[in-house]
Amino acid sequence: MLAYVIRRVLQSIFVLLMVGLVAFSMFRFVGDPVENLLGQERTQADIERVRDQLGLNDPFAVQYVKFLGNALQGNLGVSYRQGRPVSEIIAERAPATLELAGVSALFAVLFGVGLGVFTAIRRDGFMANFIMTTSLIGVSLPTFLIGILLIYIFAVELGWLPSFGRGETVKIGWWSTGFLTESGLKAIILPAITLGLYQMTLIMRLVRSEMLEVLRTDYIKFARARGLSTRAINFGHALKNTLVPVITVTGLQIGSIIAFAIITETVFQWPGVGLLFINAIQFVDIPVMAAYLMLISVMFVLINLIVDLLYFVIDPRLSADASTRGH
Amino acid sequence: MSKRSKILGLLLTTAMVAGTSVFASAETLRWARAGDSLTLDPHSQNEGPTHALSQQIYEPLISPDMEAKPIPALATEWMVKEGNANVWVFKLREGVKFHGGEDFTAEDVVFSFNRAKMESSDMKELLVTIKEVRAVDDYTVEMETEGPNPILPNNLTNLFIMDKGWAEANDVTKPAEFDDGEETYAVRNANGTGAFMLESREPDTKTVLKANPDYWGKGQFPLEVTEIIYTPIQNAATRVAALLSGEVDLIQDVPVQDLDRVAGADGLKVGNAPQNRTIFFGINSGDADLENDNVEGKNPFADVRVRKAMNMAIDRDAIKQVVMRGQSAPTGVIMPPFVNGWTSELDAYPKADIEAAKALMMEAGYGDGFEVTMHCPNDRYINDEAICQAAVGMMGKIGITANLVAQTKANHFPLISGKKTDFYLLGWGVPTFDSEYVFNFLVHSTTDDRGSWNGSRFSNPEVDAMIQSLGSEVDLEKRNETIAKIWQVVQDEQIYLPIHNQVLNWGMKSNIDFPVQPEDQPHFKFMKFN
Repeated sequence: MLAYVIRRVLQSIFVLLMVGLVAFSMFRFVGDPVENLLGQERTQADIERVRDQLGLNDPFAVQYVKFLGNALQGNLGVSYRQGRPVSEIIAERAPATLELAGVSALFAVLFGVGLGVFTAIRRDGFMANFIMTTSLIGVSLPTFLIGILLIYIFAVELGWLPSFGRGETVKIGWWSTGFLTESGLKAIILPAITLGLYQMTLIMRLVRSEMLEVLRTDYIKFARARGLSTRAINFGHALKNTLVPVITVTGLQIGSIIAFAIITETVFQWPGVGLLFINAIQFVDIPVMAAYLMLISVMFVLINLIVDLLYFVIDPRLSADASTRGH
Repeated sequence: MSKRSKILGLLLTTAMVAGTSVFASAETLRWARAGDSLTLDPHSQNEGPTHALSQQIYEPLISPDMEAKPIPALATEWMVKEGNANVWVFKLREGVKFHGGEDFTAEDVVFSFNRAKMESSDMKELLVTIKEVRAVDDYTVEMETEGPNPILPNNLTNLFIMDKGWAEANDVTKPAEFDDGEETYAVRNANGTGAFMLESREPDTKTVLKANPDYWGKGQFPLEVTEIIYTPIQNAATRVAALLSGEVDLIQDVPVQDLDRVAGADGLKVGNAPQNRTIFFGINSGDADLENDNVEGKNPFADVRVRKAMNMAIDRDAIKQVVMRGQSAPTGVIMPPFVNGWTSELDAYPKADIEAAKALMMEAGYGDGFEVTMHCPNDRYINDEAICQAAVGMMGKIGITANLVAQTKANHFPLISGKKTDFYLLGWGVPTFDSEYVFNFLVHSTTDDRGSWNGSRFSNPEVDAMIQSLGSEVDLEKRNETIAKIWQVVQDEQIYLPIHNQVLNWGMKSNIDFPVQPEDQPHFKFMKFN
């Protein structure tokens, strides 16, 4: 297992380096940051001076190596747009995104698995069919539209929930949390649903089809024959055996929940790293874009690694195989 | 000028009597707009939303009011020094204190101007003619310019005054350099003399300001707002939703398609005003041949008849009705009405006349038309890309096939300043409210310090000489004559194809009494509640 982990870590580092290289080669197509940094009265001399200060005249490979060198020393540079260290800004914004992603993932998993099991057991029931049909909406409507729709229903028409922002936050050390205030809890509901809806339907459909598959197998029939309670069969045996693919998908989806929070965060003005990234693109804030892309790829790589390792824990056959191979 | 200060003094005393009752009510204003201020450092960024926030906290010597007219702020009067046309004298307001309790004196003005003239300052270009700023006594400052500069005060309305002692204590005696590698104290902290004090700031999220209890302008301004909560909301639909649901009280940048909705909602209204920004097309008339066309060996735009024909082909009323939903003021000149030099004759625009335009094209030898690339931003001006699409159709009617390239501003503007586009959309505001500003950037030949945005490549030594003379002409009547002459050339030569002046729309609660400011800069000390 150790060799496997080391191999995966090396692969991951290679992936990270490539992501960075591709990112840096793309930045100059995003636009020229200098136009945004200087007012309309700037002269050619100003432009040259700033380009030079920022190292924009260097070839992108040189810029990339410089960035890597600094990043390895823990220095992600200073945001062009805000004039503040990128690491500080990201640390300030990360709690918002992580809390949102956490709540969305929880929502997606709880409802996804619950509804998945329900629709599998009652496969021909009216409710199950209704849920399956409406879940199509969750998959087919773009996040952007769902967000706007929820805002108009729950904020503008009903006035129950806020349309933007994070509400009041409480600082615990450097972490700012919205979980401890009423406005914070209210504020997270709509964005979390918007962000998690797609994942929820995905998990639900996956659990359902896996369950249907498993429920047909012989050992379930034997379990029934042994007179085990339906509850024990459905949740103890059937559900447990559907979980391997579900965990893979959920793990990968948590990555995309964080990465694709961009759209949800823009719609709800959620002060997380996704919104930060959008602003950075518009402003051509290269240090922030670079740091964000690197962090996201680190996260994806880590999640993949963890998911792979989880297989060992959940599926005893894998570790058995590995140990026999070892001998 | 002294007459003005007397009147102000009178106003001050009368209003002070009435002032007590006004201040009794506590009003929190929740304000949202698309973008946040980039920094609180008053000299780091010369940019709209940044100045709009700074104007609440910091003050310039001369401040724009809600009609963008200059009124006395930290200076009570200003005049050219008798016997020396190169020196402006500013009398400073006495008894003003910074939010931290420091006294405001001439020393702070000298310090702030020197700071704003530093290389890392984004405000330095506006002060480029100032040679020296010196304190005569505690409340008198003299500014010596390279030559006479009759419109210097116009350049100072966003030039904020910091406290010297505060800046020194916090090590922010110069604006941040891009390669500093760290955040300076002034980015998120502020100590001004303005009507509002900074309470807290989370960039891009929330900024809270509290009324300054010791503000010098008490009684002079309504000062009914006691607290401002400023939240940028980037997404237009969300911004409108926040106003409709009552979570914010005032939004700038109401999208044109939502105007009816906001105006029709209970308890809300929309205010509008022409903005200080003209939208127009630039065409490369100066180069011998064009990069982006299919005519070999010559430049079709070099022929004034082609430029006139293009101007005639543009149906400005149609753009107003269809693209802008009525929210624009079509114009025939590239400056908004507030600017010195503007006349209704210049502003008049021709009705679209395709037949006459075609005839002109024929006369110029382009009866069969030609092909050219049109460059357009898609995230900078109101409906910018749609304006270009409309123009493509209009050009098509006189045989000019324009291939539209619409892209983000960060890609678009370098094309203009790098002289890489031959046909482009640009918007231009005039912060100094004087034609000289337009000429310097858009009409003068491109040199080291002028003509940086002149994508038309128009170059005429006589016109250049006239433009340069404006900088030091003290006889205002003579100066205005020169301005009129230059405009005549710009119009006769049809250097640019003006489209319209943008209209600003602010959505707000019905009980707010607040005009829309042409610079898109709300000054909350003027806000009243009914």
